[in-house]
Amino acid sequence: MAKILNASLDWVDTRFPLTKMWNEHLAKYYAPKNFNFWYYFGSLALMMLVLQIITGIFLATNYKPDAQLAFASVEYIMRDVDYGWLIRYLHSTGASFFFIAIYLHMFRALLYGSYRKPRELIWIIGMFIYLCLMAESFLGYLLPWGQMSYWGAQVILSLFGAIPYIGEELAIWVRGDFVIADATLNRFFIYHVVAVPIILLGLAVVHIIALHEVGSNNPDGIEIKKNKDPATGIPLDGIPFHPYYTVKDIVGIAVFLIIFSGVVFYAPELGGYFLEANNFFPADSMKTPEHIAPLWYFTPFYAILRAIPDKLAGVVAMGGAILILFALPWLDRSPVKSIRYKGPIFKFALFLFVIAFFGLCYLGMQAPTPTKTLFAQIFSAIYFGFFILMPIYSKMDKTKPVPERVT
Amino acid sequence: MKKLITTLILLLPSIGFASGGIELQHANNDINDKASLKAGAELFVNYCMGCHSANYVRYKRIGQDIGISDEELMKDFMFNTEKVGDTMSVAMDKADSARWFGVTPPDLSVIARARGTDWLYTYFMTFYLDSSRPLGVNNLAFPDVGMPHVLWERQGWQEPVYEEHGGHKVIASLQLIGSKEKAEQYETDVRNLVNFLDYIGEPAKLQRLALGWKVMAFLFIFLIFAIFLKKEYWRDIK
Repeated sequence: MAKILNASLDWVDTRFPLTKMWNEHLAKYYAPKNFNFWYYFGSLALMMLVLQIITGIFLATNYKPDAQLAFASVEYIMRDVDYGWLIRYLHSTGASFFFIAIYLHMFRALLYGSYRKPRELIWIIGMFIYLCLMAESFLGYLLPWGQMSYWGAQVILSLFGAIPYIGEELAIWVRGDFVIADATLNRFFIYHVVAVPIILLGLAVVHIIALHEVGSNNPDGIEIKKNKDPATGIPLDGIPFHPYYTVKDIVGIAVFLIIFSGVVFYAPELGGYFLEANNFFPADSMKTPEHIAPLWYFTPFYAILRAIPDKLAGVVAMGGAILILFALPWLDRSPVKSIRYKGPIFKFALFLFVIAFFGLCYLGMQAPTPTKTLFAQIFSAIYFGFFILMPIYSKMDKTKPVPERVT
Repeated sequence: MKKLITTLILLLPSIGFASGGIELQHANNDINDKASLKAGAELFVNYCMGCHSANYVRYKRIGQDIGISDEELMKDFMFNTEKVGDTMSVAMDKADSARWFGVTPPDLSVIARARGTDWLYTYFMTFYLDSSRPLGVNNLAFPDVGMPHVLWERQGWQEPVYEEHGGHKVIASLQLIGSKEKAEQYETDVRNLVNFLDYIGEPAKLQRLALGWKVMAFLFIFLIFAIFLKKEYWRDIK
């Protein structure tokens, strides 16, 4: 039996580099042995991507991208399709959990300087993944065709109108109509299920290939490839990804899925944060809701948009808040990568940044008042200050000596 | 069907997002209480379905979930169809109802998810006499509502008690004209009706709550094995 299997593997290997790929990416990919809690979220994000694709395929078998049928088809899935409610909640809750995993994954990079040389490109590819994910969730949110789907899309697409000269024409071109309508729903559906997922999958593969080319960073921010066993050439602080991190990530997946199931089965709306009550009113172009807010993962940027009184300047600031993340590898001038060896200034700046981010996240959900707008402006200033001033404060910060080997 | 849904989607939310800005009373309903759901279903088919549909809800499903036989469904719950597989649609013409009430009565399939059960409970409890309105009644939760107080014979009428607030006359409370026994029965009626609306908003909730802990229990056992597996492999990593 083993003989036949080996022969089959040889047969494949002479035609496709199966064993080679297995070794390069799993069995002989040496990852630092000191990964901590924060390193679970990469594999968790990958799992969420797969889950969203699988549940999405099942949903698409019964969903109808038609302004007259969409709302009813979602309710059909929720009621008449066997376990349709489960698939739908896995998908809708999955979107929020995907963002939770991605935000924590990005925060990990921020903590341990994973974006620093030689991993700038991994960070940039990751940022493109993040952009795609934002596009994907925005497109998908229109599909249930409820009031929030409709008016959320209306607000965001009207932002194109702020662009000088071509703005209005561009907005009409994107919508395919003068308002959000059947044409918009139809195209958003195909972008959501085909166009963006293809790019997303491709980018995820490129992200991992780039990572495995340079090797993983670690909580100490040390390059493990600098200390190799002279006989074998294997990093002394490295362990094969498989089986060590595969079995470790299974633990992470189990814990994550327990929390995820808790929400899917016992709080799928999560008090309106994951599914908004207003979205159970079907879309009505004649009735603007009193309060329009995007879902939680967009609210930090929505708060920045609203913090600035001028529409065009607000749009520029919102775009800038996302684009500035691309420059991060070149903004950080600290001699060390990891927060463990960075000085008090960076730690304090990061602390302020986290407060500002959560603050903006909260304010973006609330109806604006003068006080709240003032806070949004302060938090926006901190958000941008964290990045723009980074070249200065990261350089003057007092760092600690970095050890030779991982701790 | 397609035309029906179109009309619905166009007209359904015309009840809009009216909110009285009043403090909501608590519905305290329990969708696991089958007797309450059945009583709510009876109220719904007798009082609501003259005008309101629940087009995503099938009679058969209600029967299965609440425990009502097909025969009983046909005898006591279905007044405009013979097939238990049908949805709870109404015969009233949309254009007619829009002319009579100012708006077409919305479909109530997911109204509990859109409005919330506490809002619905408060809505049913706060109809009051208002001679300035075409139907003689107004509502605290839904000012200038187009719906008559359909359940008046079960509750009786309520008179508003006014109070002066900085030169404005505001309603301080509602005074019920009727007996205490009747008022208590009405509270139960409303709770049952809201319970039924809550249930039809998401019939799968019954399944969801029943399945969830099993999935989580499985994952928990899986987690224990995963932890031991990880420990076994990592024993030799210093």
